[in-house]
Amino acid sequence: MLATLFDFPWDERRKLTRWSDIATAGPESGLFLTDDYETERRMELFGCVDYFTRLWNERVNAPPKGDLVSLLAHGEATRNMDRMEYLGNLLLLIIGGNDTTRNTMTGSILAMNQNPDQLRKLRENPSLIPSMVSETIRWQTPLSNMRRTATQDFKLGGKLIRKGDKVLIWYASGNRDEKAIENPEAYIIHRERPRNHLSFGFGIHRCVGNRLAELQLRILWEEILPRFPEIRVLEEPRRVPSVLIRGYASMPVVIPSRNAMRAR
Amino acid sequence: MQVPKVTYIEHHGSEHVIELKNGMSVREGAVKNGVPGIDADCGGACACATCHVYVEDGWLELTGAKTAMETSMLDFAENAQANSRLSCQIKITDDLDGLVVRMPESQH
Repeated sequence: MLATLFDFPWDERRKLTRWSDIATAGPESGLFLTDDYETERRMELFGCVDYFTRLWNERVNAPPKGDLVSLLAHGEATRNMDRMEYLGNLLLLIIGGNDTTRNTMTGSILAMNQNPDQLRKLRENPSLIPSMVSETIRWQTPLSNMRRTATQDFKLGGKLIRKGDKVLIWYASGNRDEKAIENPEAYIIHRERPRNHLSFGFGIHRCVGNRLAELQLRILWEEILPRFPEIRVLEEPRRVPSVLIRGYASMPVVIPSRNAMRAR
Repeated sequence: MQVPKVTYIEHHGSEHVIELKNGMSVREGAVKNGVPGIDADCGGACACATCHVYVEDGWLELTGAKTAMETSMLDFAENAQANSRLSCQIKITDDLDGLVVRMPESQH
């Protein structure tokens, strides 16, 4: 998906996943060869920006087209970015489009295993897929928080947030707020206002990939339902040790059988 | 004093008449009252173009002028027209009692 959006060389697309993983991994991830993982990380990410600089140079000298690199290279506000700003923007797109969606896909399988009544409801009525997708994104909350810097003094809940204070906004907490969401711990695929959650953030810095993520999850389930009568989770998933990413390191499943599909 | 009423008309024609307090936005009125057809992804920050509405004839002027920000966001909306507005940018006043807005076929 990302490779398409960047018009990234298709046979090298796995580099994108690698850079995403490297950018967020800690020493316990097993991705690094030495103890000096920060240096290793930096070296790989310099490789990332070098690679993308080649794509930039290709596209800046060609007529503008619809991929993200071309849009950045020709965009009035972005054409003069320095190397680190370019890397920052790339990583935002690469990471933002990678593990959040991936973990929510895994989460959707887990939620369905834990809530067989909801899965039954979905199979009986596949038109619930979009609403189930939103509920899954709320239930999973693939990023637990984002940080903002206050631009002015503000009183919230009796506490003063001062201009310049760095503030964590806990999506994970908002998405379980019983004052805003009825029975928030439960996974219910036909809520009245399913898109009314905070997983994509709010305001001018909300997730730019909101619609893309919903689309990917929707297509996934439109394809799973007719194909697989069952996807069985075999054991408790192993979670990623992170305060930011609510994700899965592994979750083995078995697909006992598949439906015969008509040729397309 | 009468509370201003706004009529929201869905793309397929269903009408919703909602009472809005002065100062509320047309977007807030829809979202808080469960009127379908206004997604408002960004929560009313003029940053997403998913609360797009068409303002009924005769009302456009009263809804006020568009900021440069709103005009550039409307570039991203499907089927924008001369009477297109982002409903998060229309604040209710007494003058807007009776306002009619129509929703586009979809917000994306």
